[in-house]
Amino acid sequence: MTQLTDLTLAGIRDGVAKGEFTATEVAGAFNAAVAGAQDALNAFIVTTPEAALAAAAKVDADRAAGQTLGKLAGVPIGMKDLFATKGVQTTAASKILEGFVPPYESTVSQKLWDAGAGLLGKLNLDQFAMGSSNESSAFGHVISPWRRPGDTTALAPGGSSGGSSAAVAARIVPAATGTDTGGSIRQPAAFTGISGIKPTYGRCSRWGIVAFASSLDQAGPMARTVTDCAIMLEAMAGFDAKDSTSLDVPVPEWAASLSGDLRGKKVGIPREYRLDGLNEDVAKSWDAGIAWLKEAGAEVVDISLPHTQYALATYYIIAPAEASSNLARYDGVRYGQRDLPNGAGLQDMYAATRAAGFGPEVKRRIMIGTYVLSAGFYDAYYTRAQKVRALISRDFMAAFEQCDVILTPTAPSAAFALGEKSNPLDMYLGDVFSVPASLAGLPAMSVPAGLDRNGLPLGLQIIGKPLDEQGVLNAGLAIEARANFVAKPNMWW
Amino acid sequence: MSVDTATVAKIAALARIKVTEGELSAMVPELNGILAWVEQLAEVDVTGVEPMTAVIPNALRLRADVVNADPLTGGDVRDAVLANAPAAEHGFFGVPKVIE
Repeated sequence: MTQLTDLTLAGIRDGVAKGEFTATEVAGAFNAAVAGAQDALNAFIVTTPEAALAAAAKVDADRAAGQTLGKLAGVPIGMKDLFATKGVQTTAASKILEGFVPPYESTVSQKLWDAGAGLLGKLNLDQFAMGSSNESSAFGHVISPWRRPGDTTALAPGGSSGGSSAAVAARIVPAATGTDTGGSIRQPAAFTGISGIKPTYGRCSRWGIVAFASSLDQAGPMARTVTDCAIMLEAMAGFDAKDSTSLDVPVPEWAASLSGDLRGKKVGIPREYRLDGLNEDVAKSWDAGIAWLKEAGAEVVDISLPHTQYALATYYIIAPAEASSNLARYDGVRYGQRDLPNGAGLQDMYAATRAAGFGPEVKRRIMIGTYVLSAGFYDAYYTRAQKVRALISRDFMAAFEQCDVILTPTAPSAAFALGEKSNPLDMYLGDVFSVPASLAGLPAMSVPAGLDRNGLPLGLQIIGKPLDEQGVLNAGLAIEARANFVAKPNMWW
Repeated sequence: MSVDTATVAKIAALARIKVTEGELSAMVPELNGILAWVEQLAEVDVTGVEPMTAVIPNALRLRADVVNADPLTGGDVRDAVLANAPAAEHGFFGVPKVIE
């Protein structure tokens, strides 16, 4: 029998439905895989084997009773520890929320449970989703399952959804949730040779997701195939009145409509993304992607996104500004940790609590955000960034007059080693290809394209028109079919 | 624009984050590096451009003015609300004395 943990999400769901194996067997196999990898990879903050088994038992009972099974029936998943899960600690990988046990369930996670999925555990991440390497977690770094051949250097799984990417790539979960503010689904997917899609802003409810930058945050699936992403996104998406930015539009049947036939479609290649000194292997994989999409029938057109070079600076004003406002709620009064020095007053308690509870990167972003929103600087920084954001969005809308989807690399390099990027600014520059689509609220996904000269995965990014997840997924499928990406990390844990 | 130690101390106070002298002096060059880099936005011509506040056009909805219309966000859940408080007393959040 095939190893259950090697199956895709679709394979597990279909196998359970057909009775080839039970959901309980699947949950047991993944629980064991999770336990076996935890010390080495540190992908989870909390594991919940009993929750996975309970969900599986319900699916098996439902199947025995002849009931209709959900889209994800029998599929155990990992949940990024940014989603509130009722009765299960939710920390955003921060000290300040250590011990916080939500009395409610986030909309997205509830939808996944309703579809028949089970919880394997809460996945590690960069603290408050701020980071691109998973080095800012208060619960230790996540170690990528990938290594350079003949080299045991610990590599970054990407971030902020690094626990999610590491776990999916290591095959200790078949799929996981991620969230993406400036690339936090796509970049870790690219670093670990898996797929992940950030849908159009507003597709997935943000209710119950720990907020980082509210105008940018979007949840999405991370899995090993494009089809798996499509299936899981269907379960996650949908209107929610509890999120004022949730889009009241129907959720299409993306998985059933998947087609890698791109005849009649136009793929835009933005010239501004071909940076001076672009990594040779990244450039090569991009060229391969262009050839694959042509082979799938698409016409390739040269496009221009003239404000691309300003996207990162815009993002690193807007995201910290929103973060400084969102994170004001952590005050040591209502939930989480409190630091109350002897004889301290209320203000001292706030300052001490936040000093002890936030990590350095979170403090840095709160400080930047506070500064750019402060009196006298608001217009020069924040208002100006919002205007440039409008221009970046207009660039995309103009480009979509000429093409249906846009193809770019996902990240400017393959995974780097933990500790390699010690300067915050160096780390920020790694988001250069993922941030523009976030600022414009567009659907964008990363699919594996191949390996670089060091044997590490590279991803390609497809950006689509608002609400055209189908176009993005279809182009992703066309690449997946031609990239033949079968590489996987050698199990060393 | 660049910041000095006094400005960073003021920002930290506004952000309600206690910082030591050592942290303060480490933050000054870090923040200046980031601020100098975002300064590049000054060269963009934004004449006549409205600041973008919503990426996908979407009107804010109003819900019916009904108490507990959605039980998930409704009231009557005092104990659940207080369950995670570091100090909850007599059905309230406990804080240090705020009135002298």
